[in-house]
Amino acid sequence: MTQSSSKTLLGIGLLAVFLALPVIADMLGQPALTSLATRVLIYGIAAASLNFILGFGGMVSFGHAAFFGVGGYVVGILYQHYASGEPLFGFLPGTNQLLITLPLAILVSGAVAAIIGALSLRTSGIQFIMITLAFAQMLFFFFVSLKAYGGDDGLIIRRANEVPGLNMRDKQTVYYVCLAIAVLFFALLTRLVNSRFGYVLAGLRQSEQRMAAIGLHAYRYKLVAFVISGMGAGLAGALMANFMRFASPDMLHWTKSGELMVMVILGGVGTVFGPLIGAGTFIVLETLLASWTENWQLGLGFILLFVVLYTQGGVQALLQRVFGSRS
Amino acid sequence: MTLFLEQVLNGLQLGVMLFLMAAGLTLIFGIMGIINLAHGSIYMIGAYAGTYVAMETGVYYAGIPAALAAAALTGAAMEFLVVRRLYKRDHLDQVLATFALILISNQVITLIFGRQPLFVGLPSALSGSVELLPGLFYPSYRLAIIAVGLLVALGLYLVINRTRIGMLVRAGSTNRDMVRALGVDIRMLYTIVFGLGALLAGLAGYMAGPILAVQVGMGEQILITTFVVVVIGGVGSIRGAFFASLIIGVFDTMLRAYLPGFLRQIMAGSEADALGAGLSSMGIYLLMALVLLVRPKGLFPAHS
Amino acid sequence: MTSSILKVENLQKRFGGLTATDDVSLTVEPGEIHALIGPNGAGKTTLISQLFGELAHDAGHISLNGQKIDSLPTPDRVARGLARTFQITCLLPDYTALQNVSIACQVQKGHSFHFLASARRDTDLQEEAAVLLRRVGLEERAGELVANLAHGERKQLELAVALATRPRLLLLDEPMAGLGHVESQQMVDLLLSLKGQFSMLLVEHDMDAVFALADRISVLVYGRIIATGSADEIRSNADVKTAYLGEGDELC
Repeated sequence: MTQSSSKTLLGIGLLAVFLALPVIADMLGQPALTSLATRVLIYGIAAASLNFILGFGGMVSFGHAAFFGVGGYVVGILYQHYASGEPLFGFLPGTNQLLITLPLAILVSGAVAAIIGALSLRTSGIQFIMITLAFAQMLFFFFVSLKAYGGDDGLIIRRANEVPGLNMRDKQTVYYVCLAIAVLFFALLTRLVNSRFGYVLAGLRQSEQRMAAIGLHAYRYKLVAFVISGMGAGLAGALMANFMRFASPDMLHWTKSGELMVMVILGGVGTVFGPLIGAGTFIVLETLLASWTENWQLGLGFILLFVVLYTQGGVQALLQRVFGSRS
Repeated sequence: MTLFLEQVLNGLQLGVMLFLMAAGLTLIFGIMGIINLAHGSIYMIGAYAGTYVAMETGVYYAGIPAALAAAALTGAAMEFLVVRRLYKRDHLDQVLATFALILISNQVITLIFGRQPLFVGLPSALSGSVELLPGLFYPSYRLAIIAVGLLVALGLYLVINRTRIGMLVRAGSTNRDMVRALGVDIRMLYTIVFGLGALLAGLAGYMAGPILAVQVGMGEQILITTFVVVVIGGVGSIRGAFFASLIIGVFDTMLRAYLPGFLRQIMAGSEADALGAGLSSMGIYLLMALVLLVRPKGLFPAHS
Repeated sequence: MTSSILKVENLQKRFGGLTATDDVSLTVEPGEIHALIGPNGAGKTTLISQLFGELAHDAGHISLNGQKIDSLPTPDRVARGLARTFQITCLLPDYTALQNVSIACQVQKGHSFHFLASARRDTDLQEEAAVLLRRVGLEERAGELVANLAHGERKQLELAVALATRPRLLLLDEPMAGLGHVESQQMVDLLLSLKGQFSMLLVEHDMDAVFALADRISVLVYGRIIATGSADEIRSNADVKTAYLGEGDELC
């Protein structure tokens, strides 16, 4: 039980840091830190969603930016229709209410994940990687060609969605909203991982043949996991659209899928909070490198290569190895 | 009618380019069990090296050995320094390590050549057009690409079906363990396969130069389309890669050529163009989805 | 006449030019242990995989409890009372012995679309799994990860997992393979203790074990059944002797 209590400690520690962060940022006179932390939270949700099927379920999806982008576009498109007053498809009124747009973003990205997953999961291994990548690319082109919603240039969302009683124009409020959602998300994810469903999913990663041999219809479970994972990424995308006040095809670009995978591996595959740590590491690295050189991707490339080739288990494992093993 | 034939030829030309990429990629998947995202980077590096030499010397043909040499060197370095460590790793590690290679290649190329695309002129002998049929003029350079592509396909066919190495390659793509059990120097076979793939990618990159701009990112563009080809053709199958390349090449070209016009008959012009462009970009992916529904392992699966 | 638990009729399987299963017909009667022997490469595991739905057969029929199961996927066959063990053990390496069994109990109970309740509190499943582990003699290793289990222990665990699916017919693919003499004897005793409660199709190379356990024996050579009968009949069968001697393999 020491393992689970150390996990709880890690969770509480992370939460304390995140709660105090805007205050500390203000004290240091670095309000940009709060924006940075908001992005960490949002990408943490997206990466943890990906990790749910990748690390726990063993499905290497290379197209998760698609669901991230779809979530963002749901917010953007609903906002555009709200702003113009013209109903979507002629009958759906637009909205700028976060409590409506978030669930809708989750639903729509879940539906898209159901379609893509249903097809992609007919394959496995290398084909699965390529197919998820290809479908994400297809959606990328779809949004590029949506001239009514900005096409290549994307959609500007003039104001972040509203939440009754909160001033969403304040960056700190947005941060705390994201934090609250992240806490809820990670609490749910923890329960999911430890549920019967989570056990089955981890079993499928270890041996699909064995799971079939004890009578499990693997495809159904993998598909449901894929949909859940897509919904999480959609949630993150919706938050990102609110935070950036912008939704564009870039959110679905294949390099974004790659970045999400990088975050997962940086933090350690197959742990609940690893991707959050990975997202933090990635974003801090990106920010630091970008402030030194415009060719920051070169540095990122070498770091990534090093992490993949020489550390097994990402930053967490690396720290453990450096600071002595605590299992 | 001549317009239609011209589009078919354009499709073939795109198809053989895809084949040059897909042949290497599918063999690397099939035999080495490696997913190499950086295959597109080799294509880009071949294009840059060849184009640079051609620009400096003013001789188009001088670019060919340069492109091949640069691709081979890059391929060898990748295999020796990175890919070799990935054979026993899972696909996730392979994806991430080769993703890192893409980031590195793109930045190194940007550092050397800057962000401006390079252009190379056509060799004078191939800059004109040929009248294939009465009224059907077609650029000689594109015809030459088709010819080179088909020659490479024929060469690959002969090598794979008539030589000992080809026999091992065939055996390797259907049953990797068996080749290991035969006591073949598997490292050697891997190096040959990876090197061959790199050469073909470099060749494709250089030939694409005069048609497309030589720029950073060109590799990833064709890489993802190549993935679609490999999936449709069946992973590990050269024959599948060949037919799928041609199908995708022609299908994609036809959609782009005819879909906007077709849509314009049923809706307003500008909307039709936008929708047509979007749908034709999505076309090959929809085709892939369709193939997957019917044959999850592709049209010509290598592992039966 | 009571109906057979398993009835295989004219089963065929080809891989390219190779006929791996050539017109195989056999039955397993209720409570019976039917052993399948044959030289290496005779197609025994291939046959098991077809019966279990992991490989599709090209022709012929498989019936379980009188119902055709030809086109059913593996999980549906498991639901109808079929279970198999694997020659090269196929377990969940990151799970403990207990978890390997309890997840099988969980799947046996119905769907696993329970998303929020903690599976750690499924004490029913764990107790059920513990009983099965005791039955195969692994109760002391319950908390050990499969990766740390010895070969013989994995073989025992395979059996416990198979039992957790509440089968009527066990397809046992070389449960003694790789076991030492003492371990083999324990496995024989274990299977004897299960005899009568479960019907079994037993693929095995260890002839002592086969003669100790089997009610009937079939001999498979090059995908073809060349003889079926009691232990004595098989021992004295001329075809069987030549088949084995021709292979250079010894019939103990």
